[in-house]
Amino acid sequence: MAVETTHMRKFLNEPAKVVKDSLAGLAAAHPDLVLYDAAAQIIVRKDAPRKGKVALISGGGSGHEPLHGGFVGLGMLDAACPGEVFTSPVPAQMLAATKAVDGGAGVVHIVKNYTGDVLNFKLAAEDAAEEGIKVTSVVIDDDVAVQDSLYTAGRRGVGATVLAEKIAGAAAEGGADLAQVTDIVKRVNDRARSFGVALSSCVPPASGKAIFDLPEGQIELGIGIHGEPGRKRATLGPAAEIVDVMVEAVISDLKPKRGGKVLAFVNGMGGTPLLELYLLYGEIDKKLRAAGVEPARNLVGSYITSLEMAGASLTVLELDDELIKLWDGPVHTPALRWGL
Amino acid sequence: MDAATITSWMHGIDVAMREEKDHLVQLDAAIGDGDHGTNMTRGFEAVVQALDADDGSTPGKLLILAGRTLVGTVGGASGPLWGSALRSGGRVLADQATFEGTQLVEVLAAALASIKDLGTASVGDKTMVDALEPAVETLRARLSSDAPVADALDAAVEAAEVGMRATIPLQARKGRASYLGERSIGHQDPGATSTTLIIRALRRAVIGNS
Repeated sequence: MAVETTHMRKFLNEPAKVVKDSLAGLAAAHPDLVLYDAAAQIIVRKDAPRKGKVALISGGGSGHEPLHGGFVGLGMLDAACPGEVFTSPVPAQMLAATKAVDGGAGVVHIVKNYTGDVLNFKLAAEDAAEEGIKVTSVVIDDDVAVQDSLYTAGRRGVGATVLAEKIAGAAAEGGADLAQVTDIVKRVNDRARSFGVALSSCVPPASGKAIFDLPEGQIELGIGIHGEPGRKRATLGPAAEIVDVMVEAVISDLKPKRGGKVLAFVNGMGGTPLLELYLLYGEIDKKLRAAGVEPARNLVGSYITSLEMAGASLTVLELDDELIKLWDGPVHTPALRWGL
Repeated sequence: MDAATITSWMHGIDVAMREEKDHLVQLDAAIGDGDHGTNMTRGFEAVVQALDADDGSTPGKLLILAGRTLVGTVGGASGPLWGSALRSGGRVLADQATFEGTQLVEVLAAALASIKDLGTASVGDKTMVDALEPAVETLRARLSSDAPVADALDAAVEAAEVGMRATIPLQARKGRASYLGERSIGHQDPGATSTTLIIRALRRAVIGNS
């Protein structure tokens, strides 16, 4: 092994086994909620398949914990397919997950818009259809830092993924059919926008090296969740000024109805403490109210991360009564729990 | 050319990916997420294991097996792209025990078509297509003007290398590098680089067998 674990500030046995070892730990910590199928490398809700319930699965590269394995359970995902760190899973994982959770009402694939995730989920959906399972796929693409044009792979899927998994999971738990659950995922994606900033890079365990170099006093604007550099680098100013940039980027694109209700999701990238995330939330709450919308619901914490990156993202979701009701619905997963 | 050519090609790719792993990781870290070398190495290690366990399949079947193995082990974008490419290439050869240079062109052309279809990329997007398409076109052109296979493959390798280096000034329009916008300019594309390694390995496999 070329990688010397001792030179990395990481808890590892073998770098190549980090994902499997971590999944085994997740299952050991939450045996009442999830099962880990090590052969298929999937996390499955303990009581799956639920007969007659639409099932939701998602997946993607690892390194974004608690996404997605931490969101498997009542009122959210039925299974998660974790790939290697920052690498999409393979179709066999999605197919195994789809078969494990199908209760006869169909399966929704929630796919973040990255070329690898989209291609692998596409192949898996074709395989599942051949086996007679009804599958729909929704691609999440909420990151306003990437221009959606012919000249890019399109907007990345980031924070809206968490919100879509929670809200559509509640709809499925409440008995919505495949078309309705699929529409809810699409609606959340259509009405949510995100923007992220980073104060440091991150170190993938396989390479042991930071993906980019960010000198002290600098900030990367418009980052994704894979340690990829952002679109622009700037001098690090006060939090209130950074929040101005984040709120402006999201609101100018989302154009929410004046006087309407929104959910503000302030997400940590893995290396930023809650102390700072709540500081950011306070500024964001003020700015959103000044922009004429009411942050009626919020989520503050590190839920879709980029290893140990210091940084944060803001996701704003425009709410309606149905989305609020589904957001408030009970959820019991390793990472989110309320309403029980 | 026969089944041994395919096996030798895949072994050659495996060696090249391991040798160039760090380089590919570095190139990918600059404009992507730094996993390309690791993913390709993991994939072709698995391909070599699968082929070594195989007993007497035809060249086409071996390519299909290699493609299926890549889809099943690599993940990311390169797994489905190269996996589908090798499967499409393998189907061209059907059940033949041997094949000629003109059919090798069709194998590579089918692989290219599958990559372009699945990845919706064209030359100039700063992807693997920038190395593969000129290699395939050069191979076809040389063979149709009756060049020996070895010479035609030399020219194809050169065309891939030129295409690979031509990605440096390009702004990425596909894949994760496209998120960087103008900041992707000035970096060589990792996918075009590993593609060039694959074409180089093909030349060595064919010349070693002829």
